[in-house]
Amino acid sequence: MIERINFWQIPDIWHYFAYVVLPVCALVMLVRFYNRIRLWWQVGRAEMRWDQPLSRLWRLIKFAIVQVKVLGQTYPGLMHVAIAWGFFVFFLGTALATIDADFFKFLRGSIYLVFKLVLDSFTVVALIGMGMAAYRRFVQEPSRLTLDKSFALSLALVFGIVLTGLLTESLRLAAIAQDPALQPGWSVALAGWTPTGWVVAQLWLALKLTQEALYNVHLGLWVTHATLVAVFFLTLPVSTLVHILTTPLNIFFSKLDRPVGRLAPLAQNAQKEAIYVSTLRDLTWKQLLDGDACTECGRCQDACPAHAAGTPLSPKRLILSLREALHRDGAALAKGNQPAPLLVGEAIEDAVLWSCTTCGACVRECPVLIEHVDAIVDMRRYLVVEGRVDEMLQGALANLGRYGNSFGQSERMRARWTQSIQPKIKDARREAVEYLWFVGDYASYSATLMSVTQKTAEVFQKAGLDFGILYDGERNAGNDVRRVGEEGLFEMLAEKNMAVLAKANFQTLVTTDPHSYNTLKNEYPANGHTVLHYSELLDQLIAAGKLKFTKKLGYTVTYHDPCYLGRYNGVYDAPRRVIEATGCKLVEMPRCRDRAFCCGAGGGRIWMDEGNVRERPSEGRIREAVALDGVQVFVVACPKDVTMYRDAVKTTGNEERLVVKDLIELVHEALG
Amino acid sequence: MNQDIFVVVEHLRGALAEISYVMMAAGRDLARTTGGKVYAVLLGQNVQNLADTLAADAVLYLESPSLADFTSDGYCKALSGLIGQHQPRAVLMGHTSVGTDVAGALSVRLGLPLVTSVRHFEGDKFVSQICGGKIMAEGELPAPTALITLVPGGYKPESGQSAQAPLVTPVAVGALEDLRVSVRQYIEPEAGDVDISKEPLLIAVGRGIQNQDNVVLADDLAKALGGVVCASRPVVDQNWLPTTRLVGKSGKAVKPKLYLALGISGAPEHAEAITGSNCIIAVNTDAAAPIFNIAKYGTTTDLFDLVPVLTEKVLQAKGG
Amino acid sequence: MNIVVPVKLVPDLVEELTIDASGAALDTMWLRLIINELDDHAIEQAILLKERYGGQVTVLAPDSEGVDDMLFTASARGADQLVKLVGNFEGGVNNHALGRALAAYVKDLKPDLILTGVQAHNDLDGSIGALLAEYLQMPYVGYVSGVNLETDKAVVRKEYPGGLIAELEVALPAVLGIQAAEQPPRYVAISKVRQAMKTATIEEHEVAELDLLGGAVVSRMFQPEAAEKATMLSGDPDAVAEQLIGIFKELGVL
Repeated sequence: MIERINFWQIPDIWHYFAYVVLPVCALVMLVRFYNRIRLWWQVGRAEMRWDQPLSRLWRLIKFAIVQVKVLGQTYPGLMHVAIAWGFFVFFLGTALATIDADFFKFLRGSIYLVFKLVLDSFTVVALIGMGMAAYRRFVQEPSRLTLDKSFALSLALVFGIVLTGLLTESLRLAAIAQDPALQPGWSVALAGWTPTGWVVAQLWLALKLTQEALYNVHLGLWVTHATLVAVFFLTLPVSTLVHILTTPLNIFFSKLDRPVGRLAPLAQNAQKEAIYVSTLRDLTWKQLLDGDACTECGRCQDACPAHAAGTPLSPKRLILSLREALHRDGAALAKGNQPAPLLVGEAIEDAVLWSCTTCGACVRECPVLIEHVDAIVDMRRYLVVEGRVDEMLQGALANLGRYGNSFGQSERMRARWTQSIQPKIKDARREAVEYLWFVGDYASYSATLMSVTQKTAEVFQKAGLDFGILYDGERNAGNDVRRVGEEGLFEMLAEKNMAVLAKANFQTLVTTDPHSYNTLKNEYPANGHTVLHYSELLDQLIAAGKLKFTKKLGYTVTYHDPCYLGRYNGVYDAPRRVIEATGCKLVEMPRCRDRAFCCGAGGGRIWMDEGNVRERPSEGRIREAVALDGVQVFVVACPKDVTMYRDAVKTTGNEERLVVKDLIELVHEALG
Repeated sequence: MNQDIFVVVEHLRGALAEISYVMMAAGRDLARTTGGKVYAVLLGQNVQNLADTLAADAVLYLESPSLADFTSDGYCKALSGLIGQHQPRAVLMGHTSVGTDVAGALSVRLGLPLVTSVRHFEGDKFVSQICGGKIMAEGELPAPTALITLVPGGYKPESGQSAQAPLVTPVAVGALEDLRVSVRQYIEPEAGDVDISKEPLLIAVGRGIQNQDNVVLADDLAKALGGVVCASRPVVDQNWLPTTRLVGKSGKAVKPKLYLALGISGAPEHAEAITGSNCIIAVNTDAAAPIFNIAKYGTTTDLFDLVPVLTEKVLQAKGG
Repeated sequence: MNIVVPVKLVPDLVEELTIDASGAALDTMWLRLIINELDDHAIEQAILLKERYGGQVTVLAPDSEGVDDMLFTASARGADQLVKLVGNFEGGVNNHALGRALAAYVKDLKPDLILTGVQAHNDLDGSIGALLAEYLQMPYVGYVSGVNLETDKAVVRKEYPGGLIAELEVALPAVLGIQAAEQPPRYVAISKVRQAMKTATIEEHEVAELDLLGGAVVSRMFQPEAAEKATMLSGDPDAVAEQLIGIFKELGVL
């Protein structure tokens, strides 16, 4: 029965290489790695991230081993998985071989053959992957990658390891082919279990080398292979390959404690004072890990609407700034107690932080689960408390503080849009209602949106809903105030809203605005009420037969998933069912669902000075829609989207081509 | 104590300020009720003929080197002597950087009542304009001598002009020593590209333009019409347009053929600088904005919807 | 450098203003009070001077709804001392009365400089700065948009119409009426204000009977009916634009 021969034709002296030198190199790697990572907790703040270990383990399997997020993009996904799984298999294979050699012999017979086949196949897979990587790095040269020489060297290193492994094996096969007695139980019939090795072996056989020569070349390649592995260990901590160790850690410790749509409150120090993030010391160890785990793939940058618009923000650059700062200052900071140099305003400019729309595309894209948005909001909190806020935003925040809305209009005007609605909408502060409709600032105050809001009321009435609004008791829900970093103002607005809500008597909270939806659902205390976006409510009403459409609209439409409804809260299907129910034909945009491209208004951007933009995100999105054949209507489900996209349609000159409608307008029309 | 009216003439660097004519018209109106004479009170150095075009009964000219430049201290000292002696029924000053520097001090120094922001008189009543022009306050002219600061808008400057120069009577000014305020230098506004006070066609933007990027809408319209863009204070304070384009109390007063006000509320400080316009057209979504009280035409259409369409139509009409 | 900043709250013009039953005063039912915008600039200028030259800033305000919040916000911006004037304000307050009430108190504070907004939109008897200056026998310059200090004097930029600026020397101590601070009032995060509420204290200064002498008596307040209101153009943007083209042609600009 065939069995694995350990250290085949390798002289004893070289065994020491495997048992002493390589483990020492591995140890050196771990020590160097440890020295690097301990900076995280020596410099950064504490944070509890090891709860729910089983869930975390599951994440590790999903994202670090199976690498589902990496596979989110086909070419680079397959490319990386080919290399990574190759290395998992080689690692496993080496481990099994060591067990077989020194502890318990089991690699014999069919087990051995299967073992060989797997290793052989993955050698090919890995080499193909590396070929794809080389093509990507040297021919395609996508702009989002860091096209650095060091990355090329790493690729060359791993390529060398795999290649020398293959060649070594092929030489062994060539030698055994010439003298089968070298491996008892082997015959040419078994060559199919090591197909690649066998094919390469033919090249050696064609050279008609002597056995002696084969042994020497085999030894030479084996030594080269082992040396390259040693180099791999020694250089890993300072090359891009360190991501092999950092990314599983990042994935394991990623955010589990709260839903995506909920920001962490301000951290407090021992004296119960708020901590504002402006230096490395203010970041948590996990945020420093984020910096180290970044593989510089740039997917976040590609997905970022702020970056596409030409603002100073690149999520990739931002995270790498953290890493650079840690490497520059970390060691010194870990030793002493001196204050850390300022990050915000220096390595990370104010404008970079203010450009973010908090759309979450970067977080969704990141294969290693880096949490960009949390870091940005943390640093914005610092800017706000320092008063480094641009004029327009300052005005909006002052208005929000004084009048509870960003328009600077009196709160008494909030319900002015209801004047034409008959019968009068119930005041939920005075009467019990089933559905409390939290209208939101834009829907209430914006002149452009008044008709949309009125139609929503009419639809609710036609559906026979028992609903009411808070009239001038409502304040801005605070979602974007929080994302701008004005935590104190958020608390004030939330307190006011919660006081009014506590006194009202209702079952379900429904809102037309996804931003309000997000914060009411995830950041306001639960209180046992369900929170629905109006698309979910419409979906329920349609399913229950309470909304009877008299018309089939027949428009060909496309739908833009709002960031705070889709990516943040996973509501994708309800609006689509509603669209279908109105008899429209839906054509999906290339970037849809959790890949939808933000309109650019979120994160308080709609309150800020736009600055110099190359192309507004909303304009890019309209161009995407216009490229779809036959689409006449651009359907949205967020009041800010209505404003942004109607503007974009005008500024891109597409008024004849595309009309922007809110979902409720379709429903209103179909109801007849 | 008599029924005369004093009008404290305002002038700067050899030029008579327009408010002086408005005050003169107001003074004449008040004098009709009180039955006294209207005196133009002129302070300065070598400016004795500056009041020649005012419709005053006489000019009381207080000359002193210390009065060559306006200072609150200098004017206050000189005026308190004069008012104390003469005891007129009312002293009219401008509600301006000049008048308001002096009025308060005189009120306290002489123990005389002060009414500010007066727009016009109705018989022996004053009518003041407060709260951004939204509220009028009326009351009896206080006795014995009412100190008044006047805002423009209630009287036409022409009513305060006269072709016949009034008699100039020099009045001895006491020692004006130890003045605590002195002028170091004057700083002219930067010579801008345009002098908006001479332009016949002005497109004005206010807070309603919302941000710097939208100013281009006004630029496009101005280019199409052959006019010039100007602005109210909030826009200039934010540096969306240079100070040379400021229309208002602290900027320029303009009298164009057409003044198109986009997103401007019409607060008094701005309104007073455009009342000389031939035709004001106001675009503002707030139907209650004070600008509609002085505009000839108005619309509540959103300027962002209107302006691009208008620009296009103008270009078409011009044969574009 | 001891800087005193008297400020006051005035009706917020965002709300609709109405006249009360007496016909001679504003209806206070829906009145929201906010800080006089120019007083806000005065506070900002004071803080800027403190940052530039060192010293202490005291902010004073008469008691009214919302004055505590306003004072705490001033503290969060950098004011050192907060004083609220309390007393019987039922009979009405005017700036002469306020000036007299402030004079004795402020004199004891021995200020080098007093900054206040050059006017408030509800002033009827002159600005508090000009009156207070005379009660304290200090010089007054209004419409100031820039302040620098030299030994014993302030060098200020005074605004005149047409964009003209005069640079004046004013002997200290003096009162300046601020038109604009050198930079717009900085943003104060609500959390800082809330913190100030916990750490800062507002001193109360009792004010004796107010003497309104020197002000005017208002017999009637009303909303102006415009003699000629504008001819309003209506319709969709296209229709309005057409009408405007017509007007432009009439005027001869097109």
